[in-house]
Amino acid sequence: MEGQRARRRGLSLSAREEIEFFLAISPWLIGFLLFTGGPILASILLSFTEWSVIDVPRLVGLKNYLDLITNDQLFWIALVNTIYYVGVSVPLGVILSILVALLMNQKVPGIAVFRTIYYLPSVTSGVAVAILWIWIFNPEVGLLNALLKMVGIKGPGWLLDPAWAMPALILMSLWNVGGNMVVLLAGLQGIPEHLYEAARIDGANRWQEFRHITLPMLSPVIFFVLVVSTIAAFQIFTNVYVMTRGGPGTATLVYVFYLYQNAFEYLRMGYASAMAWILFLIILGLTILQFWASRRWVYYEAGLREVRRP
Amino acid sequence: MRTSSPASPSLAVRPYAPARRRGVWLRKAARYVIAYALIVPGALIFLFPLLWMVSTALKEPNQIFVYPPQWIPNPPRWANFIEGWTKYLPFDIFLRNTLIITANNVIGNLVSCSLAAYGFARLRSRARDFLFILVLATMMVPNEVTMVPTYILFTHLGWVNTFLPLMVPAWFGWPFFIFLLRQFFMTIPYELDDAARIDGCSTWGILWRIILPLSKPALAAVAVFAFIGNWNNFLGPLIYLRDKEKLTLAVGLNQFRGQFGYVDFHLLMAVSLLVLLPILVVFYVAQRFFIQGIVLTGIKG
Repeated sequence: MEGQRARRRGLSLSAREEIEFFLAISPWLIGFLLFTGGPILASILLSFTEWSVIDVPRLVGLKNYLDLITNDQLFWIALVNTIYYVGVSVPLGVILSILVALLMNQKVPGIAVFRTIYYLPSVTSGVAVAILWIWIFNPEVGLLNALLKMVGIKGPGWLLDPAWAMPALILMSLWNVGGNMVVLLAGLQGIPEHLYEAARIDGANRWQEFRHITLPMLSPVIFFVLVVSTIAAFQIFTNVYVMTRGGPGTATLVYVFYLYQNAFEYLRMGYASAMAWILFLIILGLTILQFWASRRWVYYEAGLREVRRP
Repeated sequence: MRTSSPASPSLAVRPYAPARRRGVWLRKAARYVIAYALIVPGALIFLFPLLWMVSTALKEPNQIFVYPPQWIPNPPRWANFIEGWTKYLPFDIFLRNTLIITANNVIGNLVSCSLAAYGFARLRSRARDFLFILVLATMMVPNEVTMVPTYILFTHLGWVNTFLPLMVPAWFGWPFFIFLLRQFFMTIPYELDDAARIDGCSTWGILWRIILPLSKPALAAVAVFAFIGNWNNFLGPLIYLRDKEKLTLAVGLNQFRGQFGYVDFHLLMAVSLLVLLPILVVFYVAQRFFIQGIVLTGIKG
């Protein structure tokens, strides 16, 4: 098709297209070099220095990394807190979003309205929502404890109680399952109806349909949701900054908040960069682990892998 | 987005079709009851926080501490909105700043990302696949990794305490949006490009006259995501903006909370609700674009 076309302005068609391609992507390419690729390289170098922005960076080798791992108790507290948050909020969130998606896939009147209601909270992130939840978690007059009181339970101090502050943040994160729900719902609606019909002819009950059709067919989407949620949960910041500032004590001191403190409150740019790289390696490692584990439970229809053994 | 309508009418007929009508009706009714019994309470739980926000925003200060909580304030105190907006901090200015930054970034993202997506979806180059993998890879790198060096870069450019660090990068693409648009552009038949080319349309003419007009839903999705992302953005303005008259709504609202929030919680709720309102409106108006955008990137991700 291409070969039939005449050359224009002395350039071959493919050369022209090559140039046009680079023109089209040039904004992104320049942006990548300036705001992503360049900073990534700079960040590696920075992580081997001590620098407070005002003075001259001083090369210190691996000192930042060694200090973090061997000397900095807060680093470990932040890491453990973050793993606590991710480890509970992500599995709970994924399971809840699957359940909600299954409900929202029911063909009952008015379902579109309910989909909107479940989805709505996930677009309302940010400071305003964090403030709303501070109010909900208020031990004396907050909505949550008022509701608990009505059923005879004396609610905890939530954000003011070191043991309950993290569960509060996790609870709040569950309010945002709507985003994942929509992705899963789209996945559910993409499952061909004839699979269910075939199963019904074979006499499968509802649970068997779910277990042997819905779940395997949905598994690539579940996997996607799991990976994306994990990466996002590791980066929790705004809610902690607005709601607890890491407290009470160090109960909600999470990784990115501690990184922020090092960079912009203590002006330890090298130290913060080292933290950023450790975070990146953790996320990368976890993602690779999830991909590796996915071979055992994710089913790809397109014949990427052999059919799973029963 | 509904893709599962029965493929053929013959298959849509249930295998046990001859069942008695009464039985079918009962079964259907039972299914509705069970479904609603789960859906309705859940929906209430999901709505409660927002309703609570509206309720608190309309209360007198002394109504806040009443137990059991009143859902409908009597009388509703509409003055909270004006009082909260003007009493302590210049929210008019915060709103203006947020609008400037958000509008710029929505337009910047639309222009730069559709150009890049067009390149990746439609133009052939030997470097294309490699560079596209780079786009996807940068979606994986946490923001925090680049945060410190970019901050230093902008410090050296003298851009700290201006809107520039928040506005300029928007004109240089955003991997997630490039990915979203590219996925959409790929679905447009190539025959249209070829036909346009034969009619003498240039590469850029094809983008402008064919691809973009056919991609309005995807562009709307990008616009909506960009609007919400920028409206809610907290870390960026927090790092780069210093003077009070340069703050955005998100940072201003947090200052309000820090300085006066514990005194006037009803006012804080009123202002929070006002800050949230544009998002709720945009969400209501542009719901289908949201869902489309999520489906487009979520499934193919």
